Amino acid sequence: MGALGPIWAIARKDLLLEVRNRDIVVSLVVFSMLVLIVFNFAIELTPVNVAVVGPGILWVAIAFAGVIGLNRSFVLEKERDALDGLMLAPVSRDGLFLGKTLGNAIFMLVAQAVLIPVFAALFDVDILRFEIGVIAAMTTLGFAGAGTVFAAMAINTRSREIMLPVLFLPAISPLLIAAVEATAGVATGGSWGASSRWIQIITVFDAVFVVGGALLFHYVLED
Amino acid sequence: MRDVSARSAWLVINAALMAVSLWMIFLWVPTEANLGVIQRALYFHVPVSIIALGAIILVAIGSVAFLVSGRPRWDWLAHASAETGVLFGGLALVTGSIWARPIWNVWWTWDAKLTTTLILWFIFIGYLMLRAYAPPGRQGARLSAVVGIIGAIDAPIIYYAADLWRTAHPSRVTGPGASGSLESEMALTLLVSTITIVSLYAYVLVERFRVRRSEAEVAELSKELQASGIPARRSDGGAPATATGGD
Repeated sequence: MGALGPIWAIARKDLLLEVRNRDIVVSLVVFSMLVLIVFNFAIELTPVNVAVVGPGILWVAIAFAGVIGLNRSFVLEKERDALDGLMLAPVSRDGLFLGKTLGNAIFMLVAQAVLIPVFAALFDVDILRFEIGVIAAMTTLGFAGAGTVFAAMAINTRSREIMLPVLFLPAISPLLIAAVEATAGVATGGSWGASSRWIQIITVFDAVFVVGGALLFHYVLED
Repeated sequence: MRDVSARSAWLVINAALMAVSLWMIFLWVPTEANLGVIQRALYFHVPVSIIALGAIILVAIGSVAFLVSGRPRWDWLAHASAETGVLFGGLALVTGSIWARPIWNVWWTWDAKLTTTLILWFIFIGYLMLRAYAPPGRQGARLSAVVGIIGAIDAPIIYYAADLWRTAHPSRVTGPGASGSLESEMALTLLVSTITIVSLYAYVLVERFRVRRSEAEVAELSKELQASGIPARRSDGGAPATATGGD
């Protein structure tokens, strides 16, 4: 077990809950598909521009759905004061943070495993490739890390539904830019090297928010 | 009373500095040959932008110091600095747009500096919203300190990403990219306007800091009053509280 034991135990708890009621993943998939459909009407997509514009639509859908999923993930903890139980558990705050981050990241990745093929089929973009998997996994880690910090904060405020996106969306903007550009690079048939600078930004963001989140989390959940 | 007169003196000095700055900017300094009259916006835009950036750093310093030491004065500093930072950041965005319209022919462009300023401005609006919505007292202060630190850490990543994003796209901005040296009169005017704006900023910051401290004192007093069973008066309107549960 070691240090990873508690982290996995918390993530496993969330996954088990999810397997039983499928609350979060289903809402993530449905909501993000609706965003795709709305954008399809809002933006005139042609075979010419879809490889450039499409990745932006895809990542906006993932980011918006992410807000909903993250909120849900902590509302479940808040109901019947499960969060207090978690805080009483013999797990350090950074372990708690990493466990919740892992669980949230897995939810988002499962939703993306459905969303990205649907996106590729609906918009006829050639993105079902290994590179996209790497980009999506790395970006999702950053989303989940930053989102877990802000969702844990928002849950303790009035009007938490608005507080999470207001904090989350500007903070992840560099990650969003990098994910869109890296995906567009792959979709337009660019070389792996051309996307590497964007991957660097994603890596830095992931490192900063996962490490920073772990260090700061005990200030977020104190008492 | 001495304290009040010192602040009044500072206010008078601020007004005098502002009058001198306005005179220099609009009457004394020569008009720039290529850009014309609008170049005078620079004497406001540059100082407020520097201060907006400095305010973010000050929020981060106050936030770290508060989390480490737990002393509320650091939280008051971070909060006051975030408020003034949003104010001066907003001024930087507005004065920049006023400058951009005649020079770039657009109010706004997604240049790296502009993008970063706008996103940071939103992060610190989020900070102020969190202060408003979070539970009062230490918990709210802790949460916003975390946001203040994250905002400052995020700033270089945002700038780097926005910079790379812009340079990866063709730029349609044909502004004066070369940053030449200013004429000595212009440099002097910029120096005076910077001193003026910094003094104004410091004054506003100190005022907000004092408001935060007074609020904390009022909260402390009303808690004491309630503990002693005397019905407290509401601090906002001065009207007596109808029910304070004074049993």
